[in-house]
Amino acid sequence: MIRATGLTKDFGSRRAIENLTFEAKQGEVVGFLGPNGAGKTTTMRILTGYMPPTYGTAQVAGFDVISESLEVRRRVGYLPETVPLYPEMTVYEYLKFMADLRHLPNGDDMVDAALDLVQMEKRADGYISNLSKGMRQRVGLAQAMLHRPEVLILDEPTIGLDPAQVVEFRNTIRDVGKERTVLLSTHILSEAQQLCDRVLIINKGRIVAEDTPENLQSRLVGAEHVVLRVKGEADELLPIIAKIDGVQNAKLLPDGTLEFQFAPGADVRPVVARATIKAGYDLLEFHPVGLSLEEIFLQLTQDNSRKER
Amino acid sequence: MRNIWTIARREYRHYFTSPIAYIAALLTLLTVGIYFVVMIYYLMNLANQSYYGNSAPGINIVIGPLATVFMFAAPALTMRLLADEQRMGTLELLLTTPIKDAELVVGKWLGAFLFMLTIIVITLVYPIVLNKLTTPGIDQGVMVSGYIAIILLTAVFLAIGTAMSSFFNNQFAAFFATLAVLIVFWWLIRLPTYIIQNDSFNNILNYLDLNGRFNSMLTGTMSLSDIIYPISLTALGLFLSAAAVEIRRWR
Repeated sequence: MIRATGLTKDFGSRRAIENLTFEAKQGEVVGFLGPNGAGKTTTMRILTGYMPPTYGTAQVAGFDVISESLEVRRRVGYLPETVPLYPEMTVYEYLKFMADLRHLPNGDDMVDAALDLVQMEKRADGYISNLSKGMRQRVGLAQAMLHRPEVLILDEPTIGLDPAQVVEFRNTIRDVGKERTVLLSTHILSEAQQLCDRVLIINKGRIVAEDTPENLQSRLVGAEHVVLRVKGEADELLPIIAKIDGVQNAKLLPDGTLEFQFAPGADVRPVVARATIKAGYDLLEFHPVGLSLEEIFLQLTQDNSRKER
Repeated sequence: MRNIWTIARREYRHYFTSPIAYIAALLTLLTVGIYFVVMIYYLMNLANQSYYGNSAPGINIVIGPLATVFMFAAPALTMRLLADEQRMGTLELLLTTPIKDAELVVGKWLGAFLFMLTIIVITLVYPIVLNKLTTPGIDQGVMVSGYIAIILLTAVFLAIGTAMSSFFNNQFAAFFATLAVLIVFWWLIRLPTYIIQNDSFNNILNYLDLNGRFNSMLTGTMSLSDIIYPISLTALGLFLSAAAVEIRRWR
């Protein structure tokens, strides 16, 4: 597990992160979401024992990141943003080197298992310099998971992977995340939505929101949006729908569909559906549109900068 | 210890895939080889012409040039040790594995040291050849002291190089900074003694002068401080490198 309290890091006069407090429990996948330069990498570097914070403390796997740094490093698997590889080594040599540094008793087996996990067994004897970016990313991931760490910290792990590999990777993370703690950073919002149990939105070094992806959505959405599509023109349907009690902001969209909102808790969808059929229209589509994380994200980061002004 | 060895082994192997290491080894062996052959012919001619005729070549014709070439080879071998790890991002990897900063630095130094020892071992063919060429053979004691001298000197050169590589992010900055420091300890440090008439000050400079100690060891005289001084200088270099790595973390 990870517990950070009041983490602050200054680089000279620039404050990279300010007073970050958060927690990640065992069996939880927590996503760090934020634009570039928000302080994601800095936070991760503090949690992995790479650099100490200026103020604040953090415990990872039960040990303090400053006073018990070596213990923390033993229990953490870390994939930095720039995948740290030695191009002149083969994949196997590289992982064996890492296994030796971590004193793994049955290093060869652990290396084989890690290669298996990222499906790189066939390239084990190939030189790292000959690998594609996606494959390098996978070797980096194998390195992070080699010693089966209690806590896995991954900085932008899906960059450079092709779509099929991304799906593969997400499955791996979900499996790993069942029993371990995973903290990953991304600026791809849909990824956080799919992968994470909880999302921390971080902007300009501060946490601006923290919740499950679902809660974040419903918390920020003032009203529920619904889109409705009928066969033919919906022009004459609009006044009928608009008249129904509880329907707000009914309007036609340029693609011929009709959109309306209703207050949470006052679900008017059955009434609208019945009215549409009764008016002689063939109902083709009827679905809610959530505010996407993209919109939430923009909303939050903009609110934040407005407050600062 | 185990971590030091793991790092050193990787570093040692890396040299066998690195063109700079091959060039450094080639340059060293070529220089020593050519110098050796020329000196043998020169001293043989001298012996034939001279009435004194007893200037048999000693081990200094191997170890003398070796030291000079090492002044350039050592910075070339150490310049990338930490600077390159920083550039490639692998320093972040090493600094987040459970090894101490000092173990990392000593391991790096040891890898380079083992590579240069390999070159030194190759030069052992020359004393064997010398032993055949001269009667009654070369002075074994002088040979041993000469090889101890070059091994200690290598340790110092590499420790200074390791320190410079940890101070700079740029390999070439590390190379030239190392060379500059080596030139100071090898040539410049005793120059003030020629003009300053202060015995206690001059004694300090003479104590610090690597070249003077090295030359006395090449003639077979060795004092305890001849051994202690280079070892302390090596330790200082490695201590400074470890401190520089630690400081990197706090920046």
